[in-house]
Amino acid sequence: MKGYLVLENGQIFEGEKIGSNKDTACEVVFNTGMAGYIETFTDPSYAGQGIVMTYPLIGNYGIIKQDAESSKIWAKAVFIHDLAEYESNFRTEGTLESFLIENDIPGLKNVNTRKLTKILRDSGTMRGYITTDISNLSKIHGEIEKYRVGDVVEEVTCKQPQKYGEDAEKQVALLDYGYKKNILKSLLKRGVGVTVYPATTTAEEILATNPDGIMLSNGPGDPEDCKFQIENVKKLYDSNVPIFGICLGHQLMGLATGAQTAKLKYGHRGPNHPVKDLETRRVYITSQNHGYYILETSIDPEIAEVSHVNLNDRTVEGLNYKNKNIFTVQFHPEACPGPEDTGYLFDKFIEMI
Amino acid sequence: MSKNNKIKKVLVIGSGPIIIGQAAEFDYAGTQACRELKKEGIEVVLINSNPATIMTDKNMADKIYLEPLTVETVKKIIKKEKPDSILPNLGGQTGLNLAMELAESGFLDEYNVCLLGTGREGIKNAEDRQAFKDMMESINEPCIASKVVEDEEDAVEFANKIGFPVIVRPAYTLGGTGGGIAYDEEELREISGSGLRLSRVHQVLIEKCIAGWKEIEYEVMRDSKGTCITICNMENIDPVGVHTGDSIVVAPSQTLSDKEYQMLRTSAIKIISALKIEGGCNVQFALNPNSFEYAVIEVNPRVSRSSALASKATGYPIAKVATKIAIGYTLDEIINQVTGKTYACFEPVLDYVVVKIPKWPFKKFLTASRDLGTQMKATGEVMAIAPNLEMGIMKAIRSLEENLDSLIIPAFKEYSDKEIEEKLSKVDNERFFTVAEALRRGISIDRIHEITTIDKFFIGIAAKIVRMEKELTESKLTVDLLERAKKYGFTDKVIARLNGTTEKVVHNLRKENNIVASYKMVDTCSAEFEAQTPYYYSSYDDDNEAEDTGKKKVMVLGSGPIRIGQGIEFDYCSVHGVWSLKKQGYETIIVNNNPETVSTDFDIADKLYFEPLTPEDVESIVDIEKPYGAIVQFGGQTAIKLTKALSDMGVKILGTAEVDMDRAEDREEFDKALSNCGILRPKGDTIYTVEEAIEVANKLGYPVLVRPSYVLGGQGMAIAYDDKEITEYVNEINEVAQEHPILVDKYVMGREVEVDAICDGEDILIPGIMEHLERAGVHSGDSISVYPTQNVEKQNEKEIIEYTEKIAKELNVIGILNIQFIISEGKVYIIEVNPRSSRTVPYISKVTNLPMIEIATNVILGQKLKDMPYGTGLYKKSDYICVKMPVFSFEKIKNADTSLGPEMKSTGEVLGVSKKYHEAVLKAFIASGANVSTSGNILITVRDKDKPEMLTVAKKFDKIGFKIYATKGTASYLKENGIDAIVVEKIWEGKDSILDLIQSGKLNFVINTPTKGKQSGRDGFKIRRMAVECKIPCFTSLDTVNALYKAIEKETKETDLDVVDITKV
Repeated sequence: MKGYLVLENGQIFEGEKIGSNKDTACEVVFNTGMAGYIETFTDPSYAGQGIVMTYPLIGNYGIIKQDAESSKIWAKAVFIHDLAEYESNFRTEGTLESFLIENDIPGLKNVNTRKLTKILRDSGTMRGYITTDISNLSKIHGEIEKYRVGDVVEEVTCKQPQKYGEDAEKQVALLDYGYKKNILKSLLKRGVGVTVYPATTTAEEILATNPDGIMLSNGPGDPEDCKFQIENVKKLYDSNVPIFGICLGHQLMGLATGAQTAKLKYGHRGPNHPVKDLETRRVYITSQNHGYYILETSIDPEIAEVSHVNLNDRTVEGLNYKNKNIFTVQFHPEACPGPEDTGYLFDKFIEMI
Repeated sequence: MSKNNKIKKVLVIGSGPIIIGQAAEFDYAGTQACRELKKEGIEVVLINSNPATIMTDKNMADKIYLEPLTVETVKKIIKKEKPDSILPNLGGQTGLNLAMELAESGFLDEYNVCLLGTGREGIKNAEDRQAFKDMMESINEPCIASKVVEDEEDAVEFANKIGFPVIVRPAYTLGGTGGGIAYDEEELREISGSGLRLSRVHQVLIEKCIAGWKEIEYEVMRDSKGTCITICNMENIDPVGVHTGDSIVVAPSQTLSDKEYQMLRTSAIKIISALKIEGGCNVQFALNPNSFEYAVIEVNPRVSRSSALASKATGYPIAKVATKIAIGYTLDEIINQVTGKTYACFEPVLDYVVVKIPKWPFKKFLTASRDLGTQMKATGEVMAIAPNLEMGIMKAIRSLEENLDSLIIPAFKEYSDKEIEEKLSKVDNERFFTVAEALRRGISIDRIHEITTIDKFFIGIAAKIVRMEKELTESKLTVDLLERAKKYGFTDKVIARLNGTTEKVVHNLRKENNIVASYKMVDTCSAEFEAQTPYYYSSYDDDNEAEDTGKKKVMVLGSGPIRIGQGIEFDYCSVHGVWSLKKQGYETIIVNNNPETVSTDFDIADKLYFEPLTPEDVESIVDIEKPYGAIVQFGGQTAIKLTKALSDMGVKILGTAEVDMDRAEDREEFDKALSNCGILRPKGDTIYTVEEAIEVANKLGYPVLVRPSYVLGGQGMAIAYDDKEITEYVNEINEVAQEHPILVDKYVMGREVEVDAICDGEDILIPGIMEHLERAGVHSGDSISVYPTQNVEKQNEKEIIEYTEKIAKELNVIGILNIQFIISEGKVYIIEVNPRSSRTVPYISKVTNLPMIEIATNVILGQKLKDMPYGTGLYKKSDYICVKMPVFSFEKIKNADTSLGPEMKSTGEVLGVSKKYHEAVLKAFIASGANVSTSGNILITVRDKDKPEMLTVAKKFDKIGFKIYATKGTASYLKENGIDAIVVEKIWEGKDSILDLIQSGKLNFVINTPTKGKQSGRDGFKIRRMAVECKIPCFTSLDTVNALYKAIEKETKETDLDVVDITKV
């Protein structure tokens, strides 16, 4: 069946409908990863968004559930060029399409994804609507106009705290703003116990458990919408517990300490972003997925200094907080998908606690 | 760290002649390196024995030595030029080995020459089998169970321990020379025996066979600060067991989940960090398809064939960046040329796929085994870029120029289902086609996977193509079907054939419905950033990115994959054509599909289209670019073949007109042209059938020369001595349907002379006349060629100049042409006129200092020779004598016959330059790797009719003290004539047979003139093969032996030879 993506600027992309039959609005973003579509689609940071995969062959190794970064697909829709017909991998459990159906997520295949990417690059991230019926375009544009990614953190976060490795000597509190499973795994692998807390948990509740360290996770949406979380991160900052923040966690710590965030024109989403560690002068290739960033000029030098910078556009990629055991990064050291080169940051955090 | 300002003068070592396993990719890498160094203001001293390369051009380096790539010669050059540094990692294995020998002997330290890039220790740890294994163990990276052995017994003992089958890999050899898989002890003894002989350090690795695992490669870069990036990963469709150079390769990997992808990427980075690589490096992995188990197969601490492929696949200029790293820059200091704003320190992401298919020389070697294994056999490769694998595979197939345009090999129709299933288990050059045929026969994907171990994903791609074939055969051609077929890469011709209609109908339907190719940019970043690279590939998606600039443009057609008969020379010509056009203010477009070449570097032409060179593919480009004209005379036969199609689509053929090109090829027209000029040619006629051939041959009188029209490199050409032979040859040619008649000519024995010339319609310019040392009958590409001529009478020379002018004007040549003459009994005959550039153009340009392609281009654009500063007629002779010598790759191709004849067999060439003739010949022999000792043992076995001539040769060698071995007949003939020859038993006569003698290693060379016929069962064939396998030169023409005698008779030593900087010639 034919399907369409209607963009807020009026352009329409045609493709063939895959996955769920439902129509939905979304914020359309592109990801440049050549492998890792399972991890990407199940990354809670994509909540509210429709993902355009720039690599044209998707679904080659089918679906491997243990590679999912959460329990479901959080993206609202996916747009791909070619869907594999003969997937193959020794761990394959089924087709990508069956996984989309299972998750009730619509998608389009046979889309000119390069053309779509160029539009997003030139005009910036925009909203869109996926549908099989474009007979009433004004209604569709009405839906697009109405659409907001909104307060998605509360949607993606867990409802109850979950404990892992309770016997371990050191215990880390992981604040779940939409965490990727590999953050948890990266911590557990290093021998610490982890309690995952809902994003609605207050700082007091967390500090009352006397954690040895606090991990602020990645997550979706506009960081400025996370008023409650920012307030609580400020309290965590004031405690003396070592903190490591990733992505949204990094942004929230920045906002909590007086810095400002802004939206990137079309975001950083892919496995190939060069980030320079200003201390060692070495460059690491990082996995990224963010639409917002911390404005360098808004950082109070008394509070934090830039530790990492993106080599492509010179945006802030990491901060070290002064006189605190706190550091945060914009990129994803937990990888999945993407390079594992910055996994050493978890070691650094473990050493701190 | 930034640029190291202490580096002022760098020696760059090239890779020498094109051989299997070391082809044009190193000219590409070396050229990038030289250009980069010069841009940095560094003085470049270059050594390379290969005169056909672009890197040895005068504008590429400050000092250029076309000298043998030996330790001795490089030492001489270092002493003379006193470079402060040496760049070892861009000249292939040859360059790396030389640099390592100089470093290890302490010579570099003694002369204060610094090794740039990766250190000695790192190179050694990567190259030396045992050191590599130890290092991998120390960093916990898995290798395959293996052991380095130095003799056969140890090999057998270890193999018995780990179990057969085992793979044998000799240390320090190119393209896995001498390696193989052994399934039992006998095979192991045979393979390890030859492997030990071929290894420079007499070591072979015996390893557990993991055939069937996935073979994955990563191209990695590292700088002095330890920053590591991977440029690209690639997956071989052929699992482990087939050399990667002989595998169909796709980029990026297709069947790896992110977990596997990152596992191997992390491993690759760990390895290059441990080796402290500074520059580019290639890491090959085997991955168990049923688990996460993997093993590191090999690491190349230098740029390689794979890195050339990765560069073209991603747009990331690996050699350029590796050079910058070598002189001190770090990755974050180097700008990404593609985007102009980001840095070289990132990992390219593709929004298309790339397919590479090797080009094999099997059509040249009918007796050769077409089985693929760990020994690489391909001479070149093609690459295709497309939005999906279906289209990528189809494009690559038609780029191969193998008379195929889809996954269908028509001959397979004859096979029964059972035969197809049997053929599936054979790992040969047609395997992927066999997979498709099996699918057509209804054999399941699972079954095919079981037999071939090819991943089901790739078999599935073949299945999709086969399904499309079926749909096209069975359904009405709707617009929807047509569009889908185009998206799978089917050409109009194939669609028409399957659908039972004509190409014209399909073409029109397509145009009416606006189903046309659109071009996408290769931008390294999947459109994330705006890019400036004019590097395009076609798709059938909308949104064309290649826009007509409206400027006056000229299209240059490239020469496709490197093959015997059409090598790197034509890339040299294409590139120079582009540069000359640019100088004249034209916008240039190049179309080519060879990832190894300079011409497919995106900063050569104003626009690069990486596409198959077929009429339809070219037409799609023409539709968008609307060029003012096209130049076909630089791209070899590949480009020439497109002349008619280009004219038909309304593109002006610049230079010699299509009709005149045809006159040079068409038998009758050509005869007419020659007789108009009063020029002699061997008598002959055209035929189609065997019966006609026999009639013509008997009329002319044997021997006769038989050949198809429109071929390069003498493909299918042979000398027939009787009816039986001509029957055999004509049948062979007719195996492929011939569009044009077959030519049969009287074979005239004499001296062959060759001329390259430029004609503007009024005047001609002949840079030089070349003489072949082997008599007519040996293909010009396989002959030793000498410039200027040494044995041509003044009168004949005058005639040659006169004839050249007459025929060039008669054929209305505008631009370049090549003529082959024979001088027999004082008379000059023309045997061939090629109105296009030839393989001798690069070397003649270099040694005469005449920029031939630039002159030709200017003439093509309308300038006159009179108005240029070079004069007309024969250009002044050089003071230097230049000897071009062919180089063969026989040891790589099992069972290829090494005897020389009218069909070309050499893969590359070297040049010897000196003021003295014998020194130039000696240099050429040394550069070609021949044994030039002035004493020792030789074996002679010749056919009866060669005996008198052989005697004079034998006398010469006898006189200077060589010991001569010969078979009974030859020996008694020699004894009768006063030469004491040692008798050797013939092959069937028992233990001390010829083969044992050859294997004993005491022979300097073998002289064997072949008996008639092409069969491989004969003794002569076995002798020649054994010599090749034992790395003993085997000469099949007495003329070559005479040349060798000339070179060594004065007992000149390599140390006595002066090195010549050709920029000063």
